[in-house]
Amino acid sequence: MARLLVYYHAKFLSYFRRAWEWCFLVSSLAPGAAARFLDELKAIVGEEYVYYHPEDLLVYEYDGSIDRGLPGAVVLPISTDEVRRVMALCYREGVPVVGRGSGTGLSGGAIAPPGGVQISFSRMDRILEVDTENRTATVEPGVINLDLDNHVHKFGYRYAPDPSSQKACSLGGNIAENSGGPHCLAYGCTTNHVLGMEVVLEDGSVVNLGGTARETPGYDLRGVFTGSEGTFGIATCITVRLLPLPEAVKTFMGVFPDVDSACTAVSAVIGHGIVPAALEMIDALSIRAVQNVMDLGYPEDAGAVLLIELEGLQEEVEEIGIEVEAALWESGPTLVRTAEEASDRERLWAGRKGALGALGSLAPNYYLVDGVAPRTKLTEVLREVAAISERYSIPIANVFHAGDGNLHPCLLFDERQPGALETIIEAGAEVMKVCIDAGGALTGEHGVGLEKKELMPLVYTDEDMDAMRRVRDSFAPHNRLNPGKIFPDGTHYHPPARRPEPGLSI
Amino acid sequence: MAEQQTQLLANQPQPVVPPGSGFRGDDVPAETDMYRCVHCGLCLSSCPTYTTLKVEPESPRGRIALMKAVNEGRAAINPTVVSHWEKCLQCRACEAVCPSGVPYGRIMENTRAQVLSHGMQSEGLRRMSRMFLRAALPHPGRLRLGAHLVKMYQKSGFQRLVRASRFLNVLPGGMAALESQLPDFTGPFFGPSKTVYPARREKKLTVGLLSGCVMPLMQGSTMDATVRVLNRNGCDVVVPVGQGCCGALNVHSGDLETARQMARRNIDVFRATGVEAIVTASAGCGSTMKEYDDLLKGDAEYADSAGYFARMTVDITEWLASLPIDPPVSSLSRRVTYQDPCHLAHAQRITAQPRELLQAIPGVELVEMEQSTMCCGSAGIYSMIQPELSGQILDRKLDNIVATGVEQVVTANPGCMSQIERGLRQRGLSHPVTHVVDLLDEAYRSEDGG
Repeated sequence: MARLLVYYHAKFLSYFRRAWEWCFLVSSLAPGAAARFLDELKAIVGEEYVYYHPEDLLVYEYDGSIDRGLPGAVVLPISTDEVRRVMALCYREGVPVVGRGSGTGLSGGAIAPPGGVQISFSRMDRILEVDTENRTATVEPGVINLDLDNHVHKFGYRYAPDPSSQKACSLGGNIAENSGGPHCLAYGCTTNHVLGMEVVLEDGSVVNLGGTARETPGYDLRGVFTGSEGTFGIATCITVRLLPLPEAVKTFMGVFPDVDSACTAVSAVIGHGIVPAALEMIDALSIRAVQNVMDLGYPEDAGAVLLIELEGLQEEVEEIGIEVEAALWESGPTLVRTAEEASDRERLWAGRKGALGALGSLAPNYYLVDGVAPRTKLTEVLREVAAISERYSIPIANVFHAGDGNLHPCLLFDERQPGALETIIEAGAEVMKVCIDAGGALTGEHGVGLEKKELMPLVYTDEDMDAMRRVRDSFAPHNRLNPGKIFPDGTHYHPPARRPEPGLSI
Repeated sequence: MAEQQTQLLANQPQPVVPPGSGFRGDDVPAETDMYRCVHCGLCLSSCPTYTTLKVEPESPRGRIALMKAVNEGRAAINPTVVSHWEKCLQCRACEAVCPSGVPYGRIMENTRAQVLSHGMQSEGLRRMSRMFLRAALPHPGRLRLGAHLVKMYQKSGFQRLVRASRFLNVLPGGMAALESQLPDFTGPFFGPSKTVYPARREKKLTVGLLSGCVMPLMQGSTMDATVRVLNRNGCDVVVPVGQGCCGALNVHSGDLETARQMARRNIDVFRATGVEAIVTASAGCGSTMKEYDDLLKGDAEYADSAGYFARMTVDITEWLASLPIDPPVSSLSRRVTYQDPCHLAHAQRITAQPRELLQAIPGVELVEMEQSTMCCGSAGIYSMIQPELSGQILDRKLDNIVATGVEQVVTANPGCMSQIERGLRQRGLSHPVTHVVDLLDEAYRSEDGG
């Protein structure tokens, strides 16, 4: 009897709940302008590719970093024409627009402005053409970086920029942020590999920037556009440069007792006149995170590990390899080992590229500071970062592109603890100041976005930033594209308060 | 320049969600599990539903974001949220690639338990839970009776008559669609005719075999092959009476209470046998049995023995590779491709052993397909609850299989076998679809015959 009562009680509650939710569903379809606007969006991309229910929007409020912002609606177009029509509609209605690739960015670049429309490119993911003769590939913006790389491998080519999120990040997002990656030390960032693109401007007009050749007459608008963080326009078709696959690849792992000696080794390698394809450092805390999740062959008692990759002709790699080993041994490592087998190298790189995510095994949130410091000052800068870590009692993991001085100190925290986020942002700003004071830069490869906009005055004068705004105005005079990014305006897009629930495991 | 923007979408009404966590009761997704996800997105490309539908709500990251939102009182467990959770295949491919080590399988199982306890399951899943998962699965007798009836229906020609007459099309409730998904019960059922099958060579070990629920009825010949291959390799096989379904499908649908009862029964039955390992030929069962300790961690009486049971459980491919096997002598001369069952590759991280076994058979050439670790869309009862999406996922799998140009498909899980076989037949293709042990058994038998 009691079970029956409980059953009917639960049944009644569930019906009641459904009726309750149905009321909200109906009221959320507000009559009037907003509903008409949504209808027009649906007419362009199809009903199932417009999201506006609050629950659906929740999953588009984040990227890979700490900023959050609920879009007003999300549309998922399938062609340039649909993008053009969506943009023209938003322009007519004065609705701000932001593009989104896979949402793996680390500066809040794809976070929607309040009431904005987010255009997600996950459906525009076709590789349109691979031209092996001219070594180019033409793709849609939603193509995943690694998918393109794997696809062109079949023809003996590669797409060189390899952000650590390359398994998930899209080419469109790479262009917006001018993304880098470990191998950018030798090959340059995204801008060095994009030849041309078709771009939809804020009013829905379509223009072509660059071309299929490496040099084009007139202004290098392609160059200006790359890294404009979605504020100039939205690329809908992209032609990139391909490089031949190297004949030989060799990876060295140097194990050091502390970060200082690893930094010395970085200088030693570069001092020998060697430019490796990649030169990465992973500190003790990051190693612990990686090994926590999966054994990828990193020594758990090391103070720091250097990962050095050489690429080129067989003889060249052999010859320079000897020099690299010599340079490493000069700086007091506990071990130097080489990985020539592809599977061995893949394991090491899987650890490096998964290091950021692995931090989740230590703390629920990280705040990654994308500062750049001159290579020669790495030791001092990292010491100061360690001091900040101690002063604020915040664990900081360092896993970064040592070869080009692109630091990635990750401040670990739990956003559900009251005040944690504010403290983290304050400490992050201090880390950034240390980099700038050492003669470095605000961002190496992640963009300014929401994350670093308030810090821009540390590097640029008002006149500098005005010049930037004037360039933007010539692309997007009404500033409807990804507004509120890059330039300081005092606004924050931080997540709403959470229930406090401590969760740091270190 | 003017920077005017309208507030067209800025003031959309937001739903009022009751304050506090939307999760309640004992079986809730643990905060330490959910908040391990740092939304880096590296899971996206491994997710069958994300790569098919290409929208964030149908991705592991999106589903976890919704769990966090419910946990934080920002969203309610309502039909929209539930539809995204129910589209998850629970293949756990995301779990295997997650750099943060998020135990996705576990949190999705507990989330489904919440959906169940809130009475918010979709109609399809609710009906399936009631009719099949609770009324039939825990009762081997009822299952066998039902299977006999279906076998009669299928073998008597009545099925052909019904299908040809299109009589079911006029009945309400999608009877025709349900009928078309009826599993094939025309093959021989697995006895068990006795409880101990003695080793044929010098006896080395004694193992227990899970006979399970539908596998002995749908793939009885594979069960027989499993016993023969184990016997051939020096193992006495004990098939204890009284055992039942492992409860995997109940766990996946969130019906943890029923699953616990089923687990306790199996633990009791196998404990009494004193075997050295508990072998299963079904990857889905193995994965659940290896997690009995987690399922019963709150049960003071059974927690220890559940842990012991979990450690004793091995997949047949894992077990044979560890023996190692006597390689068959005679050659089969066949090109095959191997489909990694999700619950073997992702949940148990077993990918090398089945391939080792295949390559131990002389003449068998293994041709790898693209994305062999991507789900085939079977996923337990998923293909019946989400037929359309399951079909799309299957289509991609079939394309990859056909592209290899092989003559036979090999896998290691009953669900994958029937799903892929059904898909191939619908395309008019006649590739045999078998278990790894079927192929091994064939090799041994041709050796005995010659």
